[in-house]
Amino acid sequence: MSVYQNAPAPEVSAITAANFDFWYGDFHALTDVNLNIAKNKITAFIGPSGCGKSTFLRCMNRMNDLIEGTRCEGVMTLDGADIYAEGVDPVDLRRRVGMIFQQPNPFPKSIYENVAFGPRLQGVTSKSDLDDIVEESLKRANLWKEVSNQLSKDGLALSGGQQQRLCIARVLAVQPDVLLMDEPCSAIDPTSVQKVEDLMAELAPEMTIIIVTHNMQQAARISDCTAFFLQEVAGEPATLIEYGQTDALFTSPIDKRTEDYITGRFG
Amino acid sequence: MNSTDTQRPETASRPKRELALVSRSTYLKERALQYLFFACAFLAVVTVVLIFAFTMLQAAPVFTDIGLANFFSLDWAPTEGRFGILSLAAGSALVTAGALVLGVPLGVGTAVYLTEIASARVRAIISPAVDLLAGIPSIIYGFFGMVIIRPFVAEISGGLGFGALTAWLVLAIMIVPTITTLTIDALRSIPMGIREAGFAMGATKWQVIYKVVLPAARFGIVDAIVLGMGRAIGETMAVLMVVGNAPVIPDSVASPISTLTSQIALDMSYSSGLHRTALFGMGVVLFIISASLVGIVRMLSKKRKG
Repeated sequence: MSVYQNAPAPEVSAITAANFDFWYGDFHALTDVNLNIAKNKITAFIGPSGCGKSTFLRCMNRMNDLIEGTRCEGVMTLDGADIYAEGVDPVDLRRRVGMIFQQPNPFPKSIYENVAFGPRLQGVTSKSDLDDIVEESLKRANLWKEVSNQLSKDGLALSGGQQQRLCIARVLAVQPDVLLMDEPCSAIDPTSVQKVEDLMAELAPEMTIIIVTHNMQQAARISDCTAFFLQEVAGEPATLIEYGQTDALFTSPIDKRTEDYITGRFG
Repeated sequence: MNSTDTQRPETASRPKRELALVSRSTYLKERALQYLFFACAFLAVVTVVLIFAFTMLQAAPVFTDIGLANFFSLDWAPTEGRFGILSLAAGSALVTAGALVLGVPLGVGTAVYLTEIASARVRAIISPAVDLLAGIPSIIYGFFGMVIIRPFVAEISGGLGFGALTAWLVLAIMIVPTITTLTIDALRSIPMGIREAGFAMGATKWQVIYKVVLPAARFGIVDAIVLGMGRAIGETMAVLMVVGNAPVIPDSVASPISTLTSQIALDMSYSSGLHRTALFGMGVVLFIISASLVGIVRMLSKKRKG
């Protein structure tokens, strides 16, 4: 059983999960996850390695569908609609739920083409429309000043931190409702981490952001709500231990295991 | 006495022991191995240089006795002293171009299917089959082309079925393993993260393949095509068996032609004098073509790294 402190109610939630279980082939990775992700807030998933937090994040845009032999049970909704209902097009879902990965992964194309990729997929062909989208997205990702005069340069020629912001600009260009970030700061330098965190704070008022992080200070610093996942016994499924307002979870955790983790006793 | 010495007194007080020197036998063994492997690598260089020099030497009278105007003319009639190789070169080009037009989509398509689409089970069946294609001797391909494909071509074209079209069909299959294997390498070298990024952006599988993966692998795919082209130009036996061996500019894709390689193979056993010289001249031309192809691949891979 998970414990909750002032967790968001379903009616103000962008994403909800109920009795959610997940398997990689025969391996039962997650069991009985129940939580509501507050709309237009930042939610952090924390927990030791292998606790299923990234797996759970990847369920939210059905990225796990790409891995052979995975399956899930339970209900997960986006704005009230069942993500896993029969016939739902994962491609359309992913256009509304964008994702940033641990390793910055720009396409081996120009900066401009990276950002224009999503709009082009959605059928935007007008050069001036694309120019506007590219400029606006790069501005929102706080990258415009650094790259405005070299848009034709290969995205892979940028520094790691710039690449990550390019990936954010690429996602923003399709205006997703939800942004999933899977340890977005663990492969970039500290100055860039600061920039990405500032960026998240700027985006949050109009976008639901969910971030998986190994860095508890980061979770405490930037998130409104925090969820703590744990796999207690190796080989057994992991689950959600505690979920609630970030300050409450970090200052007065209810569950002993949460307290042990945030005070650094394991993990 | 400085502080480092006072902290580690035992080290200094231990009885002095010399470090072992490299033994004579180890030294000799290492040296011998170094020279042995150098010799192996050097043999390749020597062979290339010798073959080129030998071919050039044999072909030298092309410049002096045949004349470049004669050599690069259309008319191949060695018994009458006319040694024009252009119709043969045109035959080689025609056969190769057609083989590429058919073989490249087939080879690249197979590679894309195997790396991006096929399940592990299907891949386990198709992958060895493609490798086996590479292991089939070219005489078997020629045989297959002559007995199975030629009658089929004859039926639709009305002729005997010897000609470029039959050669295209045979060569297209022959170059598939080269193109497929190298394209698979190129596709595998594309990081998984880039594909994930494509899917996460809401691209369909097909869009990920043709907008993300193929453009990212384009240099490697060009390498694959160039090497497939080299294979097609150099192929002799299978081509000889199906092209009809008439050194003329053909009226149709189903009428007999000849190529540089097949003409060399046909004539070498009985030719003499200038005729033989001309064959070596054709060899030099082939040599230059394949060296240029290798050069193109090298240049491309340098560009990719740079």
